[in-house]
Amino acid sequence: MNDQRRGALRIAGALALAALLKPFAALAAWNQAAFASKSSADALKNLGTAGAESSSQILIEAPQIAENGAVVPIEVTSNIPGTTSLAVLVEKNPYPLVAKFEFAEGAVPFVKLNAKMGETSDVRVVATAGGKSYQATKEIKVTIGGCGG
Amino acid sequence: MAGPMKMRATLAGGNTDVRVLMSHPMATEQQTKGKPHFIQNLTVKVNGKTVIEGEISQAVSRNPVFSFRLKGGAKGDKIEVSWLDNKGDTNKTETAVA
Amino acid sequence: MMRAIIGSAALALAVVPAWAQQSPFADYQRMTRESAPVELFELSGEELWKKPQGPKNVSLEKCDLGQGPGVLRGAYAGLPRYFADVDRVMDLETRLLHCMMTLQGRSREEATKRVFGNADSPSEMEYLSAYVAGQSHGMPLRPGMSHSKEKASFELGQKLYFHRAGAWDFSCASCHGEDDKRIRMSELPVLYKPAVARPLIATWPAYRVSNSQFKTIQWRMNDCYRQMRMPEPVFGSEAMVALVQFLTVTAQGEPYRGPSVKR
Repeated sequence: MNDQRRGALRIAGALALAALLKPFAALAAWNQAAFASKSSADALKNLGTAGAESSSQILIEAPQIAENGAVVPIEVTSNIPGTTSLAVLVEKNPYPLVAKFEFAEGAVPFVKLNAKMGETSDVRVVATAGGKSYQATKEIKVTIGGCGG
Repeated sequence: MAGPMKMRATLAGGNTDVRVLMSHPMATEQQTKGKPHFIQNLTVKVNGKTVIEGEISQAVSRNPVFSFRLKGGAKGDKIEVSWLDNKGDTNKTETAVA
Repeated sequence: MMRAIIGSAALALAVVPAWAQQSPFADYQRMTRESAPVELFELSGEELWKKPQGPKNVSLEKCDLGQGPGVLRGAYAGLPRYFADVDRVMDLETRLLHCMMTLQGRSREEATKRVFGNADSPSEMEYLSAYVAGQSHGMPLRPGMSHSKEKASFELGQKLYFHRAGAWDFSCASCHGEDDKRIRMSELPVLYKPAVARPLIATWPAYRVSNSQFKTIQWRMNDCYRQMRMPEPVFGSEAMVALVQFLTVTAQGEPYRGPSVKR
């Protein structure tokens, strides 16, 4: 058997193995319904956090005005004792739910991420603690700066 | 084929600050005309134990960078962050707390 | 007396040009800088630097960027500069191309076939620029200005900055020549002023968040020329290097703090 054929068979074998592994990898939980929701209200319902009460203990640090909507840095902290999850939504995005994090004992309920924002919008953060939900919002203005270069 | 991934974990104020950079197109439905390609799951482990599980969407910026904070921690603790995207691709990176 | 002091202070504030006032995007720029994927480009650049390539199957590790073969620390901060082996002034990218051709034996055509990449596939120049520039982080910009050709390059760059040409009769100064001008929401910096040039030149090359591209300074110049409706510059030409020299000399002394992030 020549080298080329051996190489091709090796690649074919690896691909076959990868195809076998994929279904297992794809079984990680991902809240399809919440992420496909086109309104904040629906997303929260699908997250099981509808009716969250306002809380000043959720801190959202973000620029008041973003020079571009492709990357908007948002830092979120929950000072509510026993917070086990944080969800970040951008109200006016086509699919408002951006991300959701579950925190076990060893993690602080804190995350900083970069979100895409289509336009000026409220960012809504929902925290879950002790079976109850809390929320806070902050407006971020989105502009476009610069030339095309 | 997953692009590079890098992480830094440092002790600060009694906690461990973790910053992880990952290379990924995070391409939206709109950008790809219906075939989005983005990371869906993130897992953060400390010394083998899962402490944060994230579900993220196409609304996270391309080449995501995340900051997390872990309670306590000590120099040498092993932090591992892995991701899984909607096409079944994965990548992970490991670092010791400095 | 107090009233006069307050009055003149108010007047002084009113005439402070836009570039000296706090930009409305200061928070945005700070937060994006802190969470940008720039280091990934530096990492990939390091790999490329060490990768044997070309007909000679050699890495770039012996490339002399001005501080001696293979010396990276401070090399970017000392560019552009005169190189005796080619009897001309070169900037980082021009010099990298030179090393690709001489050390690795690659043809100019092959090495510049894809000299500017895109978000899905950055070019070698982007990765290498990120890596090499990062090795000068914290060091003051000190482009060469002692050799006669270095001075001539500066003067050429200065002339080019103000020279109107092309289909729209634009010069760099058409956009970057007057205070308090902006394009959409971004201020247009007046780059021939040291105080303006310093924080900007000290932060190229940079990751453009608006298009997820890591842009080198040659790429940025090329974009400017395209927008000015000028003929496309030859990569690493004397004219392009002269403009980089002019800008870097104008910004000299500033601690380099790239590679960085731009909108």
